[in-house]
Amino acid sequence: MRPVRYNENEKVFLNELPEGVYSGEGFAATRFDAAIGLARANSLWPLPFATSCCGIEFMATLGSNYDLGRFGAERMGFTPRQCDLLIVAGTIAKKMAPILKQVYLQMAEPRWVVAVGACASSGGIFDSYSVLQGIDQVIPVDVYVPGCPPRPEGIIEGVMKIQKVAKNESLRRRHSDQYKALLDEYGIQ
Amino acid sequence: MQNDNINEYLSQSFTSFKDWDTTSDVVSFQVSAAQIIDVLTSLYNEFGYQFLTDITAVHYPDRSKEELCVVYHLHNLRTRHRLRIKVYLNIEQPDIPTATTLFSAANWMERETFDFFGVQFIGHPDLTRILNVEDMDYFPMRKEYPMEDPTRVDKDDEMFGR
Repeated sequence: MRPVRYNENEKVFLNELPEGVYSGEGFAATRFDAAIGLARANSLWPLPFATSCCGIEFMATLGSNYDLGRFGAERMGFTPRQCDLLIVAGTIAKKMAPILKQVYLQMAEPRWVVAVGACASSGGIFDSYSVLQGIDQVIPVDVYVPGCPPRPEGIIEGVMKIQKVAKNESLRRRHSDQYKALLDEYGIQ
Repeated sequence: MQNDNINEYLSQSFTSFKDWDTTSDVVSFQVSAAQIIDVLTSLYNEFGYQFLTDITAVHYPDRSKEELCVVYHLHNLRTRHRLRIKVYLNIEQPDIPTATTLFSAANWMERETFDFFGVQFIGHPDLTRILNVEDMDYFPMRKEYPMEDPTRVDKDDEMFGR
């Protein structure tokens, strides 16, 4: 039988607990907030709303070279009911805009939106009668990733920024008046 | 040889046939809107042009009284020969009979031509916009309308040469 070995590494040592911060009232509530933020940030399930070329770049981001699964986005749900991050990658035509809005409305709170690419951010080079000039005309967007198409590193940077937003978001943000006012601007109840 | 056959037959049977043009990539000719369905039917039945490749339109603002040109592309699958038929219409009243009785593919192609140029196909079962938003009130591919989105407010006209 193989002899049991414990961790005999002398370089591992324990620090003293710093005063003030980690004890006292309100401590549990704040740390719960942080724990929830951490859980949300590191397990974002994306809904890829991939329309055109940026969708291909997104597929490359999910591949093994630039693996997006490292950031917790391993499981793509193609249903808005189960996802919390809507990744809009590609040109959105004006005829597609109500459909995009419907998909956004079907998502449950908390939900974040990334606009990947120039077309989703502002219409891109397609300044024409048929292309929606930016998805922020119909849904509120959290992070814009510029590029035509953005490199997978750029998309990863966008997802990392969403992670930062999700980690630091207050639990009551979705009930706040500011958020309600934001949704009213888009006509969303 | 086949070109000549068709040329002869059409010039004898249809009075509005003209402008037989073999110089461009596809043999093309012109017919009037009143006779277009008869031309298509006879090409279908007697000459075997049974594949409708495309229906589209062109807007020539400089031709007066004949601004819109509806273009049909026909293909004979057996002889691998193609034809282009042009029908000039007045933009004030761009009416032309529908080809859906002959080709079912003409259904959506005519809807697209209506969507972008405003050509009215008489007898079409459902002539509504197909690619654009339903409540658009202009025809984008006509030359008088700009390509750009008219609702944009943040564009600097100087940068775009206007």
